[in-house]
Amino acid sequence: MATHDNTEHVSDATDEAVGWESKLQYFLNSDFVRSAPYWGIPFVLMSIAVYGGIGYNFAISFTDYEGLGTPDYSVLDLEMYAQALSSDAFIAAAQNNLVLLVGFTTICLVLGLFLAILLDHGIRFSEKFQTVYLLPMSLSFVVTAQLWLWMFNVESGILNLVVTTLGFNPVDWLGNPSIALGAVIFALIWQFSGYTMVVYLAGLQSIPDDQFEAARVDGASITRTYLRIIVPQLKEASVSAAVVLMVFALKAFTFLYALVGRYRPPNGTDILATLMVRRAFKFGEWAYSAAIATMLLVMALGVIGPYLYYQYKQGSL
Amino acid sequence: MSQSSSTGSFDVASLVEDVNLRRVAQYALVVFFLGFFLVPLETGIMTAIKTNESVARSLPFAPPVGEGFTLGNIQFALEQLSGSFFNSLIMSIPATIGSVLFGSMAAYGLTMVNWRAQMGVLMLFVVGVFVPYQAVLVPLARFWNNIFPLARMIEPMVASIPFFQGYHAELVPLVITHIAYGIPICTILFRSYYQSLPNSLVEAGKIDGASITKIYRRIILPISKPMFGVVFIYQFTQIYNEFLFAFTLVTGSDAPAAPVTLVLPAIGASTSGIDFGIRMSAAFLAAVPTLILYVAFAEQFAKGLRTEA
Repeated sequence: MATHDNTEHVSDATDEAVGWESKLQYFLNSDFVRSAPYWGIPFVLMSIAVYGGIGYNFAISFTDYEGLGTPDYSVLDLEMYAQALSSDAFIAAAQNNLVLLVGFTTICLVLGLFLAILLDHGIRFSEKFQTVYLLPMSLSFVVTAQLWLWMFNVESGILNLVVTTLGFNPVDWLGNPSIALGAVIFALIWQFSGYTMVVYLAGLQSIPDDQFEAARVDGASITRTYLRIIVPQLKEASVSAAVVLMVFALKAFTFLYALVGRYRPPNGTDILATLMVRRAFKFGEWAYSAAIATMLLVMALGVIGPYLYYQYKQGSL
Repeated sequence: MSQSSSTGSFDVASLVEDVNLRRVAQYALVVFFLGFFLVPLETGIMTAIKTNESVARSLPFAPPVGEGFTLGNIQFALEQLSGSFFNSLIMSIPATIGSVLFGSMAAYGLTMVNWRAQMGVLMLFVVGVFVPYQAVLVPLARFWNNIFPLARMIEPMVASIPFFQGYHAELVPLVITHIAYGIPICTILFRSYYQSLPNSLVEAGKIDGASITKIYRRIILPISKPMFGVVFIYQFTQIYNEFLFAFTLVTGSDAPAAPVTLVLPAIGASTSGIDFGIRMSAAFLAAVPTLILYVAFAEQFAKGLRTEA
């Protein structure tokens, strides 16, 4: 719907002939000005909230603001950043965050791709199955955290039922710091793999059917067809799904909070997002948590920056 | 693959066998994953309708038998949640309408015009979709509590509205916050739809001399009804399910203005542990509004997610 703005060309061409009043008239009648109230009002509101908020957070992160009272902007330094980077809690949280980001994103992509291929061809009522696979995405993290808390329950949870039936000792999924993060990743995969499936299915459906036909006529097996011909064409779907998943992994707070109902998530699952919220709202260390939040933002921008640049270069924005 | 059976020039017998085996395996996997996605939900529901004794004795996913069946948990959870249900709905509905309308307007304004900085403005909207909200939490808390304590200012006014209490004023900043942070995603969703519309629609309107407002009201709004459905369902689900903003602005699961998501992680907990019958009932009840929407409009919901990527 990019309609070209003819009025501006007219005003350029007759620069000398018309006075400033009619130029102003042209300007005020141009699409730019007339459409400004439409995008302008939401833009201002959004900018204040998002970019104003980020700027304010940035400013607070340079102060020593904590507890009650107001931030003091007379001394601004990077002390909070230095303090965070040298603290063990921050480093542990960053490590957990990295594990979550890589593990969660990779497995979600692989499982989602597998599910998409599984449902793509030759399944009756494929759409009904898709609906069920995607269902967890419609639930709140608060709800899914409760469901999984029960699944992971040491005495009566289903996972331990399986484990003990197989002849092993029951596992304390969320209580054992070395496996708690894995358990959390597992639950989040349950919630998100339907999403990657939907993204991949959209990609698969845009690939013309003759490619399958041609490969089949050539005698290629189905596995080979997918691996060699189809999957390489899903690069864009993979990239955009990966970006959404990675950004989610950086900010995942709700699920971890809701598992235990308190600021400190199960041992071994503390990530930057939970650390930041705990420092801010439990201990009132506003400046310190603002610094963590800024670093979190920089990481998120590190993920989406290259992606948006790539999209922009491709002209697909 | 299903198309294979239509071509008869091969060795039909071996093909049929091959196809059948593969299809059996394929369906077996489909059913396995059906179980994978449904078991946590099924278990939750079964636990919700069992007595404590039955929960302790029977398998977690087994349905209750005889004496083991109870609706007591659900009743108790409903009593605990009814106030917060009301809070959730009166917060989510205006917040959804607001962000969807603003999103549609912004997308219209941005696809309509052709000016240089447009891409820059659009980029700011797109980045706004991905910004981790942690980066604005401290400012949000300060803004609504200290700089502009709107909730305290309008409390007497809200208290005078029938069915409302003074504490519902706390939800007003939350609604505004949700609208502001919901605008980017709604804009992006609408923009992808408006871009797919043919140019001729707007051109025709322009030739007829219709103003930009008229084109929006007469042409764009009527044909974007299906997209409004998609964005509305997507955005309502997001806002209803949201936790972090409510946690920051309303604070505490015992606050009278707390929405459902805030109350849920504390329900059925006592010093002796969690009563899972009650907790699962509450989780199920909390999920009902979005589940109904999802079951009724699964295609729209999936479309919203696809467009986001």
